Amino acid sequence: MSLLLWTAVTLIGGAGSVLRFYVDALVSSASGRDFPYGTLVVNLSGSVVLGLLTGLALAGDAWLLAGTAAVGSYTTFSTWMLETQRLTEERQHRKAALNIGVSLVLGVAAAALGRLIGAQL
Amino acid sequence: MPEPSAPGPARLAASPAASFPGRPRPVLPRPDWQTVAAIFAGGALGTLARAALAQAFPHAATAWPWPTFGVNIAAAFLLGYFVTRLQERLPLSSYRRPLLGTGVCGGLSTFSTMQVEILKMLSAHAYGLAAGYTAASIAAGYAAIHLATAVVRRVRVRR
Repeated sequence: MSLLLWTAVTLIGGAGSVLRFYVDALVSSASGRDFPYGTLVVNLSGSVVLGLLTGLALAGDAWLLAGTAAVGSYTTFSTWMLETQRLTEERQHRKAALNIGVSLVLGVAAAALGRLIGAQL
Repeated sequence: MPEPSAPGPARLAASPAASFPGRPRPVLPRPDWQTVAAIFAGGALGTLARAALAQAFPHAATAWPWPTFGVNIAAAFLLGYFVTRLQERLPLSSYRRPLLGTGVCGGLSTFSTMQVEILKMLSAHAYGLAAGYTAASIAAGYAAIHLATAVVRRVRVRR
C-alpha cells in the first residue's frame, strides 16, 4: 500500500502547487504588484486549513496526504523569502519588514483560528 | 516584486489587468498546458522530497523541526538561484521557471507547516524555541536568497 500512498502524495503535491499558482495569479492581478498579496493570501489560507487539520487531530496517512502533501505544497516559504529579499533590493525596506511581520503574526493567528475551529467540529 | 519582470506566458496572460486605469480586476490566468504541466511535475517532485524527509525524521512538538527548517532553507537557496539565473542570465524559457521555481521550490518549501509548528511550540510554552525557530528560519531563508542571487550575479555573462 506504500506505493499507492506515495503516488498519492506526489499527485496531491502537484495539484497543490498548481492551485497555488492560480490563487497567486488571481490575487496578484487584482491587487497589483506593489506588495506580494498573492503569496500572503496563499500562505494565510493554507495556515487556516492546516490549523483546522491539527484541530481535527489528523494523524498518520491522513495527515501525510491532507496536511503534508496538500496544504504543505500549496503554501510556500521560498517565494515569501524571495519576494522579501527583492523588496529590500528595491530599497522598499518598510514593505519588506511588513511582509515578514504581517505574514508571521497573521500566519500563527490563522493557524490558531483553524485549530480552534477544528477542535469544535 | 520578483514577478514583474518574470517572463513566461503565464505572467503575460495575467498582466493586462494591471494596465487598466483605476481598480484592477481579478483575472484568472490562462496559461498553456505546458506551464501547468511543468508546475505540476515540479510540485510533485518537491512535495515528495519534503514528505519523505518529514516521515523519515519525526520530531516532538518541542524539538527543533529540522525537516521543515532544512527544506525551507534549501528551497529558498534554489529559488534564489533559479529565478536570478532565469531572469538575468539565461534566454527566455517558457517552462523552466514554472518547473523549477513555482513547482520544485514551491512544493519543497512550506509556510503552513512552519506556522503550525510555531503554534504548537507556543501552546507548549516553549517560547524561546518558538522565537529561535522563527528568527532562524527568516534569517537563514533571507540569507539563502541573498547568497544564491550573489552567486549567480558574480558569474560574468558570456556573449
